[in-house]
Amino acid sequence: MNKTENKTEVIVVGAGPAGIACAITLAKAGKEVVLIERGLFAGSKNVFGGAIYTQAVKEVFPDFEKNAPLERRNIEHNYLILGEKDSTNISYRKSDNSSYSIVRAKFDRWMAEEARNAGVYIVEETVVRELIKDKNKVIGVRTELEEYYADIVVLADGVNSLLAKQIGLRKNIDTKDVALSVKEVVKLDKDTINQRFHLKDDEGSIVEIFGGPMLGMLGLGFMYTNEDCITIGLGVTLNELVEANYRPFEMLERLKQHPSIAPLVEGGTLKEYSAHLIPEGGYKKIPKLVDNGVMIVGDAAMLVNNLHWEGTNLAMISGKLAAETAIEALDCGDFSKKSLSAYPKRLQKSFVLKDMKTYKDLFDVMHQRKRAFLSYYLKKVNAFFEMFTSSDCVPKKDHYHKFIKSIFTDRKISELFKDVWAIVRLLWSILL
Amino acid sequence: MNIDDKLYTLKYSVDTKSHLNPDNEQCRLCESRCCTYICPAGVYEWNEESQSLIVNYENCLECGACRIACERKSIGWQYPKGTKGVTFKQG
Repeated sequence: MNKTENKTEVIVVGAGPAGIACAITLAKAGKEVVLIERGLFAGSKNVFGGAIYTQAVKEVFPDFEKNAPLERRNIEHNYLILGEKDSTNISYRKSDNSSYSIVRAKFDRWMAEEARNAGVYIVEETVVRELIKDKNKVIGVRTELEEYYADIVVLADGVNSLLAKQIGLRKNIDTKDVALSVKEVVKLDKDTINQRFHLKDDEGSIVEIFGGPMLGMLGLGFMYTNEDCITIGLGVTLNELVEANYRPFEMLERLKQHPSIAPLVEGGTLKEYSAHLIPEGGYKKIPKLVDNGVMIVGDAAMLVNNLHWEGTNLAMISGKLAAETAIEALDCGDFSKKSLSAYPKRLQKSFVLKDMKTYKDLFDVMHQRKRAFLSYYLKKVNAFFEMFTSSDCVPKKDHYHKFIKSIFTDRKISELFKDVWAIVRLLWSILL
Repeated sequence: MNIDDKLYTLKYSVDTKSHLNPDNEQCRLCESRCCTYICPAGVYEWNEESQSLIVNYENCLECGACRIACERKSIGWQYPKGTKGVTFKQG
């Protein structure tokens, strides 16, 4: 960076997965890049569930499996449906390397260090308060202390992105388009974790939790295993918390007390409590991604695939694609909106926007039918297994008939038709 | 476990000035005062006597939920200064 003029080629705001991926890609191409982070170090303000996806990380850090601070290699996915007192678990196990659990603060710090080694100039403990514009073009950023100028500014400032809002690329966020997530990292010794989750050595397990304290709400719980601690948390759409008058940490306490969860966390000591917003609006709520001299990446661009619990991978790939666009723009000296719109085009061609488009109707349907899909049917799954596993000297056929009849009599019959229609509509939009 | 025990696990560097500034005139008129229960750090408390919102900004986790949930959109919300606020060691 030319310090006398405080002018560089690219400024990236925010050292999360999107910002770091963007900055290192630029630096490796020989571009001047300044990465500004408001926390004490990269990762110190970042919170996520717990897993990174190998393929996406490799696109930016090809050798990360050898060098990065990883916790465990996930070999098992559990889908746990909680009733009031009972539960059903669907478990899929395969030993491969498609995702790892990590500690965000350690991993992001490592990524930032790699970026620094590649030539990124990192400015920590600095909040960008606003973007500086000249006519219609973003030309730099104003921090608490000084002004920095750049040909291109990339906004990787996270879900709240006050900067994207300042320049009108993002509107006010609706409470139904974000989930509030709270989580705890609970210390347990390695052997105990391996025993409780049926793991050996550095194998890890992911638990995705439906129902329980979130029954009937658009909310899910999660657990991840780290080396010598486990993560447990939940995320609920903000409008639901507001309407239900719930305190998020009390819901988490209730989740931890569920008879199917309590034995997994028993005896653990709380290492850290945290909270974060997750963009849940999906494809329809993605903001305008570019303007003259500026691009938006990661959570700031609302790039989260909520059904598959993917966010950091979309963030990293969006950062990389924004960087590739910036490299071209720098090479031809054109930083206009038109030139930078190669970035959303790249995103459209990649899995990032393709996947988000696939599920564009999912949240609308789930909002409308949440009482059916996130309460009634979850209870019904548990009721089925309760019936199927019972041995009470009543003929099985009587049980079956009663169960089938209940599906038609529990609720108004029109609800059933609405559910079938919702599923058809959803499958149609996903598959075609 | 109560919220104070949970927050005790976090590292904070507290500023002398609040980065959260609700407009008390609006708070008086607010019906839900949802900030007093949705905040994951219990930052906001309603004081009946003084008819004002107590803001325990030093406990803020900087998630932004209150800013979005506030029904009157009247919480002046910004990030704490660069050296201030919460630090997550796990995240």
